[in-house]
Amino acid sequence: MAELAEWLIAPYEYAFMRRALASLLIVSLVGAVVGTFVVHKGLAASGSGLAHATLGGVAIAFVNGASVALGALVAAVATALAIGYVRRTSRVSYDTAIAIFFVSAFSLGILVISRRQSYTPDLGSFVFGDILGVSQADLVGELVLAVVAVGFVLAFYRELVMVAYDPAMASAVGVRTAFFEFSLLVLIAVAVVVALQAIGIVLVTATLIIPPATASLLFRRIPQIMAASFLIGVASSVVGLYASFHAGVAASPAVVLTATAAFAVALAATSLRRARFPGAPTAE
Amino acid sequence: MTSHHGHDAHGPVGHEDPAHVHDVAALDGAGHPAARARLAAGHTHGPLALEVSGLWAGYPGKPPALEDVSLVVPEGEMVGLVGPNGAGKSTLFKSILGVVRPLRGEIRVFGRPVSETRADVAYTPQVEEVDWEFPVSVRDVVLLGRWRGSGPFRRWSREDRDAAEGALERVGVPELANRQVGELSGGQRRRVLIARSIARGARLLLLDEPFAGLDAGVEHDLLAILDELTHEGCSILIATHDLACVASACDEACCLNRRVQGYGPPADVLTEDVLSRTFERALVPIGADREFIIAEGNGSAGAN
Repeated sequence: MAELAEWLIAPYEYAFMRRALASLLIVSLVGAVVGTFVVHKGLAASGSGLAHATLGGVAIAFVNGASVALGALVAAVATALAIGYVRRTSRVSYDTAIAIFFVSAFSLGILVISRRQSYTPDLGSFVFGDILGVSQADLVGELVLAVVAVGFVLAFYRELVMVAYDPAMASAVGVRTAFFEFSLLVLIAVAVVVALQAIGIVLVTATLIIPPATASLLFRRIPQIMAASFLIGVASSVVGLYASFHAGVAASPAVVLTATAAFAVALAATSLRRARFPGAPTAE
Repeated sequence: MTSHHGHDAHGPVGHEDPAHVHDVAALDGAGHPAARARLAAGHTHGPLALEVSGLWAGYPGKPPALEDVSLVVPEGEMVGLVGPNGAGKSTLFKSILGVVRPLRGEIRVFGRPVSETRADVAYTPQVEEVDWEFPVSVRDVVLLGRWRGSGPFRRWSREDRDAAEGALERVGVPELANRQVGELSGGQRRRVLIARSIARGARLLLLDEPFAGLDAGVEHDLLAILDELTHEGCSILIATHDLACVASACDEACCLNRRVQGYGPPADVLTEDVLSRTFERALVPIGADREFIIAEGNGSAGAN
């Protein structure tokens, strides 16, 4: 018993582990709130694209000694706005617009980095994530962005739902649909930046997709999906951090794979229930 | 609850009303009442719920979708809007809703410009325009009808919730309130969208293809709901490809193909001449009241 307690407590005797956990709690919250819209509006490609686009901003900021997180934020939001603009005004399809912008921004990042002699470890942490390297200042930055993103969703929840569910009716009653469509893209950009330091460019979309997708298998209403998604995110984070600490594996993929396992279990459980009760609704 | 046709005292069916037409299937062979008996030809109009005059509208960089369109929806009446796909029906709806700004002409809703009347108008889009897989309940959807304006952290009031419950009862599906919208049948989805318009408390209802893909029985039930609404003073503009429905249940018909090809009592408007112009095909009315339309000739066109 004491051994178990020791096993559980040991990681959190270190400040960097406590910061890692705090960071993942914030990431899970933003991922749940924004990710629910991402999953149900089929915007996963946007999440992935915006994550990759951050490399351009990250590289430029890094080379110039500016705040890397700020560089990421500027790049992600600018790309989100560009994608939204092209989507509304041109004949280029949505996924094509995303692909063009994100490979361009990513290329810009690689170009800037290539001028440096070595691929520095600091930049590597943005690509692959460095949960254990999250600083106090990073945490504050994440928290500010999280409050803004979650606050916006809470404030304009009805409008965001209406634009997502029935844009024709939304514009008919006078909701500013264009504003809220852009807002959703910017929210995704912000959510990506919140998770960037901890999870890394390559895996960051996972925080927006896997927990809400898992929760959507179990629940059928947005508030429930968001709540369940948050809990799934937190549980995966805790399990992933233990795996990282005790088994010495990288934390970021451990967290993601734990979430994937949860998704697989939920998928199997709901498939089983459907098989046993054909015709029954998958969730109440 | 005013009526301008003297049918305010009548029930949802209204086939006892002398002002209503009896000859168009008001009662079928088995004694079932028609869902809605239209007003007799020559009925007098009340004040206008909707008045579109000389409307030109369209999108930038394209020829106008609507040219010199004029039509009215008198209060308490149901007007059927008929026309081929691409005839400008959606543009007309969007203009009435203030989403598309007229190039020329004027639209007045209850005598006021559309910018002032959003609360009085409810729009029921085509069923495909809605994302039915979105994780919202039927109650959530009906509540959206109560939206009155953006403001941070606004929540639904008790009054909003009561209106939503009442609207679901009106369309006969109060038991569906907690269901996810994706679980509903086609007919139930239409009922929910109509409930949302009812919950809005609007006096002018715009319905875009509410019967598409429904069987005749479900269409009948929906028409009965719409009939009740008109008896309570609601005015309805309904775009439909169901010419028989317009012939038998609408008080006025409007044939649209970029321009108004015909407007007036259905019997006067749904003629071979007007329909052929509207659909740019040879169409022939058949049946005792010429209320069913078929395509003539090489089969290159279909009316319904």
